[in-house]
Amino acid sequence: MHVAVCVKQIPDPAAPGRLDPTTRTLVREGKFVMDDSDSYGVEMALQLVQAAGGGQVTVLSMVPNREIKGVKDALAMGADAAIVVSDDALTGSDALSTAKVLAAAVRRAGGDAGVDLVIAATESTDGYTGTTPVQLAALLDLPSVTFAKKVVSDGVKVTVERQTDEGYDEVECALPALVTVTAGVVEPRYPSFKAIMAAKTKPCQVLGIADLGLDASSVGFAGARQEITDVVAAEARTAGDIVEDDGEAHLRIVAFLETLKVI
Amino acid sequence: MPLDKIWVVVEPAGGGAATNGLELLRGARQLAATVEAVTFGDANGAAATLGDHGASTVLTVDTPNAMAGVPVAAAIVAALAASPAPPAAILLPQTYEGRDIAGRLSVALDAPVLANAVGLAEVDGRLVAEHAVFGGSTIVKAAFTTDKVQLFLVRPKSFAAEGGAGAAGTVEALPIPDTGRSGATTVVARHAEERQGPKLDEAAVVVSGGRGLGDKERYGMIEELARLLKGAPGASRAIVDAGWVPYSYQVGQTGKTVKPNVYLAVGISGATQHMVGMKGAKKIIAINKDKEAPIFAIADLGIVGDVNKILPKLIDALKSRS
Repeated sequence: MHVAVCVKQIPDPAAPGRLDPTTRTLVREGKFVMDDSDSYGVEMALQLVQAAGGGQVTVLSMVPNREIKGVKDALAMGADAAIVVSDDALTGSDALSTAKVLAAAVRRAGGDAGVDLVIAATESTDGYTGTTPVQLAALLDLPSVTFAKKVVSDGVKVTVERQTDEGYDEVECALPALVTVTAGVVEPRYPSFKAIMAAKTKPCQVLGIADLGLDASSVGFAGARQEITDVVAAEARTAGDIVEDDGEAHLRIVAFLETLKVI
Repeated sequence: MPLDKIWVVVEPAGGGAATNGLELLRGARQLAATVEAVTFGDANGAAATLGDHGASTVLTVDTPNAMAGVPVAAAIVAALAASPAPPAAILLPQTYEGRDIAGRLSVALDAPVLANAVGLAEVDGRLVAEHAVFGGSTIVKAAFTTDKVQLFLVRPKSFAAEGGAGAAGTVEALPIPDTGRSGATTVVARHAEERQGPKLDEAAVVVSGGRGLGDKERYGMIEELARLLKGAPGASRAIVDAGWVPYSYQVGQTGKTVKPNVYLAVGISGATQHMVGMKGAKKIIAINKDKEAPIFAIADLGIVGDVNKILPKLIDALKSRS
């Protein structure tokens, strides 16, 4: 079984974000890490390949600045190989352009045989658009099951428990397919020191968009076909009473709930 | 100048139309001369409700409630191609199904999507979407620079639903073309999880727990507190990622937007990703041991202390009143 996992490399999500004053898009700088949301997909892929009795996990990532640190994290977890698409022309790409690039990377990873399954997170932590995976599935003409909280496969199909507002749906989907996984779907492993060292020698191909036969006009700012028209401060909330608990703070909460007529 | 026409995708809910769809109809009728609804599943009988909320025509896609992304998108694409007067924009709710439909539409039409909109305005004949970034402290406005149909995913609660806008909409069925490989999914079974009390995004009181609780077992106190206040329990992303509670409990950017009368943040520091989902609450109460926690900057009442000491006393005090 060959599983491709989409991994986004993002700036430290705990660091305060800012907008570029010229392009008014999110500044992505500093040390990059693998988006935590993607560690679940990598783990899921590893478990599915193991359950299938073997195969390959290929990590796919798109990034403007040749960053591979976050991809190494996925290789250290146990993925076999990585394809990183990096190109100056990718700066400013929107979700659809990103999906076009990832679709080309999936085709490259799969070769003539194709991949059996593509896994992605439901959304990234920094951009959180949440449309890229389904756009990727549509571009590859694959069925998709989003918001999986459990995934099993017999090699012919995947059976997914899909989160709904009321509970979950049990969905069967013929392979090849794309699945997005929610956080908590599996427990991501911590790579051992040995695994981290081994990741250094695993194949990690860095390709430009021309290598994938993509046109610069279909990606980056040109491909996004959208513009920021304004940036304004939102209505601010102000802090109210802040009190240290002296053992009786719960009574303050009760009194406040009373004034709000909640109780 | 308002747009000529907008389509609004309205999801079914409990035999009628989902509230987030009615909210979008309200938004759309402030932006366009004609508003039409596209619906599916068991909302096919909701024409009167949809008309009352501003949809002059109700376009129905005969497909079940679950896994509607591929068939609904295919039906919309075919309808757009056949329409003598197609809409300038399509609004979809930022929900499980809404995102699936938008993603499929985007590729079929080669049209970009603006997601997570929290407001929409018409400026010079095109729509400008508002997006809340950096924990909701900043609003970024964005618009398309293409002639393609404008696709927007709008977060629930961005508009307030309001009826009284018209008579029952004319119902028109949209045929579903062959969906080929992408339609190869089957819903084998549907499971409803037992969840007592109001729904998270509709509750007047929301009590959310975070990593400050210390361990999974203590989330029971959040549920009990929510029950005592007739509210709904929620969660920060940190404890959803840790597997303490399911994704459906998550409040925040990657989760639900809530606007209750009272929001209690318990052991939640207030990462930007959480704040954007709850800062619309009328009143916020926060309990956290770190007095520098960002949540205190937006709390109406902030208690600096150990949640595991305060919560049991608060629960006892509330129990003794009931």
